[in-house]
Amino acid sequence: MQLINQSEIQKRIDRLKDQELYIHLELTMGAYAAHLDSSKHSASTFITNAVIQYSHGSISGEGPYRIGLKMSQGWVYSEGLTHYEESETDRLIMAGHDSQGKLIVSLQLSREPF
Amino acid sequence: MHEEMKNSVERHILVVLPHPDDEAFGVAGTLAKHIQNGTQVTYACLTLGEMGRNMGIPPFANRVTLPEIRKKELEASCEAIGIQDLRMLGFHDKMIEFEDQDLLDSQIDALLKELNPSLVVTFYPGYSVHPDHDATGAAVIRTVERLPKAERPPVHCVAFARNTEQEIGKPNVIIDVKDFLKPKMASIQAHKSQFQAAELVGSKELNDEEIQARFGTEHFWIYPFK
Ligand SMILES: [Zn+2]
Repeated sequence: MQLINQSEIQKRIDRLKDQELYIHLELTMGAYAAHLDSSKHSASTFITNAVIQYSHGSISGEGPYRIGLKMSQGWVYSEGLTHYEESETDRLIMAGHDSQGKLIVSLQLSREPF
Repeated sequence: MHEEMKNSVERHILVVLPHPDDEAFGVAGTLAKHIQNGTQVTYACLTLGEMGRNMGIPPFANRVTLPEIRKKELEASCEAIGIQDLRMLGFHDKMIEFEDQDLLDSQIDALLKELNPSLVVTFYPGYSVHPDHDATGAAVIRTVERLPKAERPPVHCVAFARNTEQEIGKPNVIIDVKDFLKPKMASIQAHKSQFQAAELVGSKELNDEEIQARFGTEHFWIYPFK
C-alpha cells in the first residue's frame, strides 16, 4: 500500500462511475479497544460484496482523506483513508491506518466480487 | 472597525447554513435584532443534520427518526428567532463537500435571484471547522462571485477555526445581542436532541452575567471579494 495520491484516486473514482460495482466498506476499532481502554466502546462494522453504482464521486481533505460517492438513492461515505494499492489498476483498494499501522477503515470497489 | 448596525437596516437577509442548529449559537441574536427592525429573513438550511451523533440523553432519537426530529427542532428554533421564511433544501448531511457543485450553486443562485437579498450570511470557507460548513460557505462565495460586481450583496461570514484571527484578522462586524438573549437561548434550547444542558452551559448553571459574556455578542467577517 502507498500513501494516497489525491489526483490519482480521483481519476480512478471517475473511471469506475456509472457502472455496477462490488463494494467492501469497513470500519473497525479493533475488538480490544474496550479491553485496552475501558473508557472506549468497541464497535466495528463491514459490508462486503454489496452491489452499488454511483454517478458522481470525489475525494476530499488533506490527508487522511474523505470519500463520498453519490448513488441514485443514497450515498457511500468514508473518512480516515490514508493508503491505496497503486498496482491494482482495475480495482480501487483504499484503507486508513492509524499511527501504529493498524487498519481502521477500508473502502474497496471492484467490477468483480472480492 | 465595527460596523454600526443602526446605519445598516437590512431589507432582506439570506442565511445559508448546512445544519439545523448552525443558526443557534452564531447568528440567532443578530437575526432576531434585524427582524425586530423589520428585516425579512430567509434561512436556507441545506441538510437535516441526519448524520448527527447526538440522539438525546437518554437517546430518544435513532438514525431513522433523527431527520424528522431535527426538522421539528429547526422549525421551533426559527420560530423562536422570528425567521419568516425557512427553506429546507434537502441535501444529505456530511455530503456537501462531495455534492455536484453545479447543483449546489444553482440552488443558491436561484435564491439570490428570487430574493435579491441586501445581505447574505454564511460560513467562512476554510475557517469553519466542519467540512459541510466550509463547503457551504464556498458554494455561497462562488455563486455570489459570479454575479456582476454591482449586483453582489455583501456576505458576512461566521468563522470559528482556531487559526482564524491569525490568518484573516479580527472580525469586522461585531453585533451586541444582549437584548436578544431570550430568542437566542430559546433557539439553542429548541435543538433538544443536540444540546444537553451540561454541554450547553458547562457543569454548573450560568448566571445572567455569565450568559451575557458567553452569548451576548456575535462576530462576522465580511468576505473580501476581489
Ligand atoms: Zn454545523
